[in-house]
Amino acid sequence: MGRYADNPAAIKALFRGNEVHRDVYIDPEIYKLEMKHLFANAWVFVGHESQTPNKGDYFSTQVGDQPVIQVRHSDGEVHVLHNRCPHKGTKIVIDRAGNTGKFFRCPYHAWSFKTDGCLLAIPLKKGYENTGFENSDNGKGMRAVGEVRNYRGFIFCRLAEEGISFEDFFDGSLSSIDNMVDRSPAGRLEVAGPPLRYMHHCNWKMLVENQTDTCHPMVAHESSAGTAVKLWEELDMPEGTPLPPAMEIIAPFMSPYEFFENMGIRTWPNGHGHTGVHHSIHSNYSAIPGYMEKMVEAYGEEKAKAILNENRHNTVYFPNIMIKGPIQQLRVFIPLAADKTLVESYIYRLVDGPEQLTARTAMYNRMINAPTSIVGHDDLEMYERAQEGLHSNGLEWVNIQRLYEEDEDFTQEKVENGTTERQMRNQFDAWVKFMTCDMDDVREAAE
Amino acid sequence: MSVSKDQLIDFIYDEARMLDEGRYDEWLALWLKDGHYWMPLDYNQTDPINVTSLMYEDLFMLKLRVERLNGARTFSQKPKSRCHHVLQRPFVDEMDEAAGTFVTKTFMHYVETRLDEQFLLALTVRHDLALADGKLRIANKRVDILNCDAAFRNIQLLP
Repeated sequence: MGRYADNPAAIKALFRGNEVHRDVYIDPEIYKLEMKHLFANAWVFVGHESQTPNKGDYFSTQVGDQPVIQVRHSDGEVHVLHNRCPHKGTKIVIDRAGNTGKFFRCPYHAWSFKTDGCLLAIPLKKGYENTGFENSDNGKGMRAVGEVRNYRGFIFCRLAEEGISFEDFFDGSLSSIDNMVDRSPAGRLEVAGPPLRYMHHCNWKMLVENQTDTCHPMVAHESSAGTAVKLWEELDMPEGTPLPPAMEIIAPFMSPYEFFENMGIRTWPNGHGHTGVHHSIHSNYSAIPGYMEKMVEAYGEEKAKAILNENRHNTVYFPNIMIKGPIQQLRVFIPLAADKTLVESYIYRLVDGPEQLTARTAMYNRMINAPTSIVGHDDLEMYERAQEGLHSNGLEWVNIQRLYEEDEDFTQEKVENGTTERQMRNQFDAWVKFMTCDMDDVREAAE
Repeated sequence: MSVSKDQLIDFIYDEARMLDEGRYDEWLALWLKDGHYWMPLDYNQTDPINVTSLMYEDLFMLKLRVERLNGARTFSQKPKSRCHHVLQRPFVDEMDEAAGTFVTKTFMHYVETRLDEQFLLALTVRHDLALADGKLRIANKRVDILNCDAAFRNIQLLP
């Protein structure tokens, strides 16, 4: 029995508005409670529908610490099932993706299930006659998660049977997914290849917070972006030489503080938010010939321009994904332990869009987010130094006070200076809410 | 000028030694200026452009990567990493004397270390070599990691 289980007051005391206690990053009990409460009560990203385009296609992943299967059922809908045979617990699917045909079959005792999880058959079933088996939960089949939503191709689920609705959870923040998908003249995205997989020995929240940390690029990434700018200048190219694609991607990381202050940060309720309200590091990429014409054809000139003039930088969907609308990228920060996080970075192609945009996104992904990335190396170094440093007893609190105002209200959408740490505070406000909403005291008070 | 099989094999060994000893200026000088260092992300990957790779870098990016390693504010290299290649004898798969182009394939074990961590990668490395001004040069290099689809921690030097 730890200090925090079923103790909402103790959980709430970890976030003081402008600072947060180190236990949220380093305490294994907090990690377990996050898996039990936060990742069960929130809507969490599972995968993209194009990873399972045909009936029987499946993709295995995890939601929090729960192994799940995303599968296309015979009616064409995408289902999300717990990856566990109801018999002895054997994982039904062990590969990352495949096609199971019309049903899943457990390799241990050949129990079989429809692709919506319902029990199909058990060999020698008469052995269960008169045993009360039909009254057991295990006799019903593979358990489905609480609720699933396919939003414009992105599959989210809530593990808990009951709780906040998809609409109430995401609210206005869905405009970032809309913008990303609208950039396809067909209004559709398709996953492009497997994701980068990058293992970090730090808490998952450090990675999420870093997505809207606009005061680190020019410092932590000076060694890569700063060196790139220096090498380019040394080449002494004639005035007006267009930057090569790699320089277009990396040079804006060295933008001055004013650039990031002026880009703006928007926060939405329930922990969502994004950088780059007015402009971003993605604003000045060169145009791809023919793309604008296709967009105008699909949407009309006014809407096409509105879509492409939106250059949001990073949008955090609480708890654990980030998307980049302008380049069709999604990163998922999978929590494996208090001090272990797997980062998977996906890219998508715009259906009917130019392949050059896919090429740019693939370049961005390998340059910035790969285990071999000269940018990623320094980020990982910062996270892991923090994970170790937080064990120091010199101070127990982590400061998230930049541009803090007393009595901040996170229930309303708000746009602020782009260097505020308000989005990090917004995440912790939501963190407390979804950690405690199904703990006994809080639940009883709400009823 | 003709190139012997031994000269091709020596070239591959010399290149690996340059990387292990951190002689990056010499290493960069081995490359033709339009060459690419490709490290696929997927097993048997065929497309370096429109899906993600671990690396697909031209000479500018390779120079940037090498230059960064020695920077005063390169925090992930304080302290520095070290690496070590063990090579099986390279296979010479193609020798086109007339065109002056050659292809070798080499199986390697690559070890990289920093602080208390060390990891091992099993590699299959394809070199496309070409004669330029009478010297062997790297036209392209492809490094396939046996467990390319595994979740890695930092890989900071050049396998």
